[in-house]
Amino acid sequence: MSARAPALEAGSAVPQPYRVIARHTDTADTVTLTIEPDAVPLERFAPGQFAMLTAYGIGEVPISVSAIATPEQGRARRLVHTLRAVGAVTRALHAARPGDVIGARGPFGTTWDVASAVGHDVVIVAGGIGLAPLRPVLHAVLADRPRYGRVVVLIGGRTPADLLYREEMAKISAAGAEVAVIVDQPADGWTGQVGVVTTLIPPAHFDPDRTVAFVCGPEIMMRFTAQALIARGVPAPRVRVSLERNMRCGVGWCGHCQLGPLLVCRDGPVIDYAHSEPLISVREL
Amino acid sequence: MSADLTDRVSALPFFAGLAPRLLRQLCAEGRLVRYPAGKRLFGEGGDADRFWLIEDGSVALDLRVPGRGDQVIETLGAGTVVGWSWLHPPYRWSFGAATRSPVQAVVFAAAAVRGRCDTDPAFGYAMLRLFTPVITERLQATRLRLLDLYATPAPAGRS
Repeated sequence: MSARAPALEAGSAVPQPYRVIARHTDTADTVTLTIEPDAVPLERFAPGQFAMLTAYGIGEVPISVSAIATPEQGRARRLVHTLRAVGAVTRALHAARPGDVIGARGPFGTTWDVASAVGHDVVIVAGGIGLAPLRPVLHAVLADRPRYGRVVVLIGGRTPADLLYREEMAKISAAGAEVAVIVDQPADGWTGQVGVVTTLIPPAHFDPDRTVAFVCGPEIMMRFTAQALIARGVPAPRVRVSLERNMRCGVGWCGHCQLGPLLVCRDGPVIDYAHSEPLISVREL
Repeated sequence: MSADLTDRVSALPFFAGLAPRLLRQLCAEGRLVRYPAGKRLFGEGGDADRFWLIEDGSVALDLRVPGRGDQVIETLGAGTVVGWSWLHPPYRWSFGAATRSPVQAVVFAAAAVRGRCDTDPAFGYAMLRLFTPVITERLQATRLRLLDLYATPAPAGRS
């Protein structure tokens, strides 16, 4: 790699104590934590970036921001993270309650570069908890709605009970975005669509020639989604995906998250599909 | 067949690439239908004697599971076709299908379309080229769902 590893700064090397001020249960295994600094606040995050969150005594994990408070709201120091309990650290963070203190380092990684979609149709495709890192994109676009074309949000989930932000997505739909939801396994009473999220792409209303697509979910889902978007006519450089690897240091020093020539914590997690496709389709990479 | 029906069918992407002569032949076997929500189009094991091009609305493919009723396997929306079991013997539906919302569609008489496929190789080849991707896309979607991508991963690391 020709890029020089950045110097470690206080905010990136040492977890800063953040206190949980709100905890919202999203699904049976997923919560959204709002945290505020006890001492030194981290720099402002941008959509797509992640923090290393620490459960003291257990470990730390990379978690993208799922909302960004604005200075106008007077809450710019707050961080909002939606996380799913899948391992020891995320289970501990999932169990955190208001008043508890966790650690946070960051911001790390590349952004969704929402501003580059100004003047374009915006297509957001989320699978499972992949909606969480995409939520700030949606917020940013809707906060500046006239500057964008059509806004299409396509959401896939395992079951209706696993869908995130259901009330918020209903409001977004009412606000003029085209929102389509599909689940793998319908429950009794589910009247929505059943199948894979890629099937939502052909009938969605957007102009592929002037579209920027933001995709997040399991890697295989992103691969097939990107292929479906490209088949529809969206150029690969305008399809952005958020990759997940074993991020540890967050600044490109340790190499745990290497993906071919990239270090995902530094060169990602958001990478356009023209660059990521040759890498994620290689076995063992 | 009416010019209106041909226009309607060609307006949807599925048959849009069909040569005009073949499109007219196909539409000669079709008619416009409207169904209310909850209308059963066919049941598992029944004669696959029709297929539909959905103009508006949604159709659910389902399978009757003892003790659990009709389980929805997949939903199909506007612009998609319902039914390809009519293409191959034994011409029986593998699943059932019912409308989930009011549906407007073009229904085609499968035996007549099959007859044209047998007598006009160009027509038959065009039909196979149109329907084979439907089969492969639904197979691919099924395989993806078999992976259960959104399930909680098995605990392998610290995360």
